[in-house]
Amino acid sequence: MALTLEAPPADVTNRTRRRVFKPAGWLFILPFLIVFVAFLLAPLLYAGYLSLYTKGLATGTTFAGFDNYTRAFGDPSFRKGLWFVLKFSVVVIPLQIVVALVAALVLDEVTGRLARFSRLVIFLPYAIPVVLGALMWGFLYSPSFGPIEQIAGAFDVRAPFLLSQGNIFYGLLNVVTWQWSGYYMIIIYAALRSIDSSIYEAARIDGANSRQIAVRIKVPMVSSALVLILIFSLIGTLQFFTEPQILGPIANGSVTPDFTPNIYAYYMAFRYAQFNYASAISFSLGFVVFLVVAVFTFATRKRGGLFS
Amino acid sequence: MRRIPAALLCLTVALGTAACGGDDADSKTAAKPTNCTNKIVNEAAPRVLVWAWYPNMAKVVDNFNNQHTDVQVCWTNAGQGQPEYEKFQTAISAKKGAPDVIMLEADQLVGFEIQDALVDLAPFGANDVKKNFSEGAWKDVSQGEAVYAIPVDGGPMALIYRTDVFDKYKIQPPKTWDEYAQAAAKVKAAGGPVFGDFGSNVPAVTTALMIQKGAQPFVYNLADKQKITIKLDDQATKDVLTYWGDLATKGLVGKEDQFTTDYIAGMVGGKYATYVSAAWAPGYLTGSGVGAGKDKGKFAVAPLPQWDPANPVSVNWGGSAFAVTSQAADKALAAKVAMGIYADDASLTDGWKTQTIFPLNQGVLKSDEFVNAKVDFFSGQTANKDIYIPAENAYKGAVYSPFTVFYYAQLQAQIVKILGGKTTGAQAATDLHNQIVEYAKSQGFTVS
Repeated sequence: MALTLEAPPADVTNRTRRRVFKPAGWLFILPFLIVFVAFLLAPLLYAGYLSLYTKGLATGTTFAGFDNYTRAFGDPSFRKGLWFVLKFSVVVIPLQIVVALVAALVLDEVTGRLARFSRLVIFLPYAIPVVLGALMWGFLYSPSFGPIEQIAGAFDVRAPFLLSQGNIFYGLLNVVTWQWSGYYMIIIYAALRSIDSSIYEAARIDGANSRQIAVRIKVPMVSSALVLILIFSLIGTLQFFTEPQILGPIANGSVTPDFTPNIYAYYMAFRYAQFNYASAISFSLGFVVFLVVAVFTFATRKRGGLFS
Repeated sequence: MRRIPAALLCLTVALGTAACGGDDADSKTAAKPTNCTNKIVNEAAPRVLVWAWYPNMAKVVDNFNNQHTDVQVCWTNAGQGQPEYEKFQTAISAKKGAPDVIMLEADQLVGFEIQDALVDLAPFGANDVKKNFSEGAWKDVSQGEAVYAIPVDGGPMALIYRTDVFDKYKIQPPKTWDEYAQAAAKVKAAGGPVFGDFGSNVPAVTTALMIQKGAQPFVYNLADKQKITIKLDDQATKDVLTYWGDLATKGLVGKEDQFTTDYIAGMVGGKYATYVSAAWAPGYLTGSGVGAGKDKGKFAVAPLPQWDPANPVSVNWGGSAFAVTSQAADKALAAKVAMGIYADDASLTDGWKTQTIFPLNQGVLKSDEFVNAKVDFFSGQTANKDIYIPAENAYKGAVYSPFTVFYYAQLQAQIVKILGGKTTGAQAATDLHNQIVEYAKSQGFTVS
């Protein structure tokens, strides 16, 4: 995100002078280019084209212009899904970042075999495929087989079903935080490692204790990593799909067809065969994500966002 | 979480449709389907790809393949119900990827017929097997002269109950829904299990129960394909949703989805005293281990409770048929499979003995062996003669909309709201009606 390639000026002039067609360069990027065009660019263009049409079961396909888009933003189901992912972002992102930051700061402080082991353990959930992780949590939450219910049963109480209508927010919150905190921890940890240790030395000489070093020096110095994580998780959460989709079948209907915008688009396309409207919903979601991220990076530009 | 970004979804959407068109020639010369679940007996014979989910399908396919040298069935289980329909729907939109022959439930047929996804089997000799079925069963799979599927099983509904629970709390099988509610309250007051289940993911059951009370959600005829009558805010629909919503919110019946591992575990452990279900249900339950071991001999069946015992109404849940898809490379051959598979004596006998199907084949339906069978799952009860055959005979048929999948999803969402105490049965019916009307209009139907 904060990467800007700054080539030496001399090199630039050099390059402009010899601006001739060089097939070797194209050859090198060809493998990427083919995949990029075939699996990203072309489908995107095609979906954009689809979204401009409308198809009725009884009428057939007609040109609709931007009707699908006005319909999407006026659609209570789409708005409900958007509202859910926004609410979810507000809770899950700070939670993940706090967990990741604390873990990274602690691991940065302690050394030895235990630290290495802990680092691996905290990172491990990220190495588990999302689908498997969700399935595993589905089992843990199960009221008939899950350990949560068994532990509660030992004390003669009923554990709450974490996928019920009232609890699914927290049930999913737990799964997502578990899955992603370790990954963010590694990013912050890597940033911490790259800080010159002479800075800590100077701080110690000035009389700072470990807590002060952590809060006053380490956190500000990894702030660009934090912004990066924030943007990552913001984009990811707004496109929330896999976990609710996997846990849906065992959630007694808590995961409705309009649970999140992506699930809504999926239902539209693959259940109701409305590929046109589904494309419009996907683009509308993409637009919202772009907007939110742009606003966010603009707000944090001093700390190294997109516009820095 | 970010594994499926919006862009990627567009991509999948696009791929589904982008990969279409211009490959008619391809499908004619298409390589034989090779990834069959079953063993191919005659390697040289042409193969027909079949999607079906009957629990005893492996046996049925083997029976067919052993008896045929000119054609072989290559079988895939593409999911039970909804998951299969999703794959089929996507294949229709993509114009490739559909099987030659597909198992469909009666309520799905018209939705695929309107998309020209199914082949009229009348020119391929469907009327030769017409004599094997009752008039009602045949009507369910045809539109006028056109025949879109060959029926296999029906789904007459009844009340399956646990004899151990009924004995313990000294109750008789309820004859009316009032008695059902009273019995539920009695068992609950005595500290017993919940009486039944109001699962959101079986909207077909709820629809059947609405029809039992006199609702007529849809009037639709493919001959006039843009016109549809929708009526979901009538008193009968409101009453049924309110009735089950009340039972659930009072804790008299469960709120769990059905067919999940947790639900089956509950069935095994006696968590539910009754199961409002169809004749094919025991076949699916025994496959999951219900009614075996210490649960053996704990189940019995009674006629479905009625609203008005003087005018009993019989309803169906599911019931399935084999249809030929319009993507089939060799339609005549596929039609032959659709008519021949699950139609031989060995398969039908295995089907009804394991209660996987309730056969619609008149030869079986009227045979002494079937009528007088002492059903093992129901501890030797003559369930066919006493319960299921009368129920099937009294079944008048139902009319479905061409957007059953959408309707079920919205009904399911309303049931979830009722279960969460966020709406009432009456309000849910009104909202559902408005949603479906709006959807039908957006799809280009004239709604009345």
